Amino acid sequence: MAIIETKNLTYTYPGASKPSIDDVSIKVEKGEFVLITGPSGCGKTTLCRCFNGLVPHFYQGEIKGEITVAGINTLDHHTYEMAKHVGLVFQNPENQLFALSIEKDVAFGLENMGTAREVMRKKVDLALNQTGIYDIKERSPHEISGGQQQRVAIAAVIAMSPEIIVLDEPTSFLDPLSAEKIFDVIYRLNKEQGITVILVEHRLDLTAKYTDHLIVMDRGTVRLEGDPREILSSEETKLMGVGIPKATLLYQMLKKEGLKLGDKTPLSSEELADEIMEVLSSK
Amino acid sequence: MIETENIHYSYPNKVEALKGVSLTIKDGEFVAIMGQNGAGKSTFVKHFNGLLKPSSGAVKIDGVETTKSSVAALARNVGFVFQNPDHQLFSETVEEEIAFALKNFGFEPKVVEERVTWALNLLSLTQYRKTSPFLLSGGERKRVALASVLAWNPKTLILDEPTIGQDYEQKEKLRQFIMQMQTQKKTIVTVTHDVEFVAECNPRVILMKEGKIVADGIGREILTDPAKLELSSIVLPQIAQVFAKLSAFGFPKDIIDIYEAKTLLLQTKERHSK
Repeated sequence: MAIIETKNLTYTYPGASKPSIDDVSIKVEKGEFVLITGPSGCGKTTLCRCFNGLVPHFYQGEIKGEITVAGINTLDHHTYEMAKHVGLVFQNPENQLFALSIEKDVAFGLENMGTAREVMRKKVDLALNQTGIYDIKERSPHEISGGQQQRVAIAAVIAMSPEIIVLDEPTSFLDPLSAEKIFDVIYRLNKEQGITVILVEHRLDLTAKYTDHLIVMDRGTVRLEGDPREILSSEETKLMGVGIPKATLLYQMLKKEGLKLGDKTPLSSEELADEIMEVLSSK
Repeated sequence: MIETENIHYSYPNKVEALKGVSLTIKDGEFVAIMGQNGAGKSTFVKHFNGLLKPSSGAVKIDGVETTKSSVAALARNVGFVFQNPDHQLFSETVEEEIAFALKNFGFEPKVVEERVTWALNLLSLTQYRKTSPFLLSGGERKRVALASVLAWNPKTLILDEPTIGQDYEQKEKLRQFIMQMQTQKKTIVTVTHDVEFVAECNPRVILMKEGKIVADGIGREILTDPAKLELSSIVLPQIAQVFAKLSAFGFPKDIIDIYEAKTLLLQTKERHSK
């Protein structure tokens, strides 16, 4: 059964003249790693806000169509009820952190839900370990690096054991190495624990290799959806101005010129290098 | 010309963000400053328009020390686009936002009008002319901030993380714009984490770490040096990653350009088919 399903979802912010998402119908299966991309202002962030009910409960405005997340119709349920099922991680972790210690920040959501002390301890420790910040748990979230802060934000979300994590450009303020480490953490949560991941990103160079389900949005609508290797090979994707990873682009250019590379469109430099080396060694 | 001479800077909380930085940026240069979060990049460039004054050492803009001129006077020549557009935007419409500085600098109403229209058009914002900047997406707000600085046509442009939240097309426009500014001999300094963007623009690259400059050179050299990059928490651009692996087959390692990569790889195809 789909863990997220929208049918003809259309939403207009208060005072806006046209909808920010327009007739969106998507289906996400449990355990998928979904990547949502598209030109800036295409409705990616707004769609994510629907998944935990921030739209329409917090932002108000006018919503039409249907949306079910983890079996719940979000239109009839408060955002705080959705928090058990859907965790949200934003661009800038500073907006999300506030406690005196990392540990307290990670425990905050569970405390609010009235979780028993022993259970809470276990869940918090597990989340700290999974994100690699257990050793610094006593420190203040405001004296650590941006990359560590983003890990705290992710730990705080997974401590609640959500079925779904939604991350809206979670690494855009981070240096590339810290960004890569964050993506690795997210990827492991997805593969090892089966948490469904929805990642919003422009930079497919960094992220295409993780996904099995790519959604391309444009002007509020879903334009392309499916297997990333297929979508990133299509001419339409290029015309829409989606940033195709350099490795994928180079593969296409070489294929076009007749280099006999394999049929699997590469999504990373490793995949492309392997295919080229195969050609070079076979001679 | 921007010159810094052994500058140190400590924030009021005693954190020393710059520990002796000397750098000369000539007129018309395009420089990308890269490095780990907290390396002091933003602190450093805030010295270029006098927003920050060094605790010791000197910053000179066209030979004049920043301690001897006001931020307002410096701003006319050195435009600064902040990392977070929300630190910069405050007007009720995009149009007013862009016109604000122009009016402050005393441009004629007709010129203000022309410059606003030009900047809106350049950054694909014309449709939002009468919209509140706060109704726009993060990426769009970032473009409004950029437009409001470009509008007064400063001689030097400081761009702090200009590509954050920008899609491929906007980045491409930004790149073309920077190239155009280059032909007009404008100086451009950008702080960025975006290795792919830097690889495409191929500027002079400065790497910073813990308040110091640890590398300075042409993009192609620095961006293909894994040891230097790792020191600053940067990863190789994708094309350089491919060639790092292919070096076992006799390919050069210092390739960052996709067209150059294509030519090199196709040569081997011809070699093999002969």
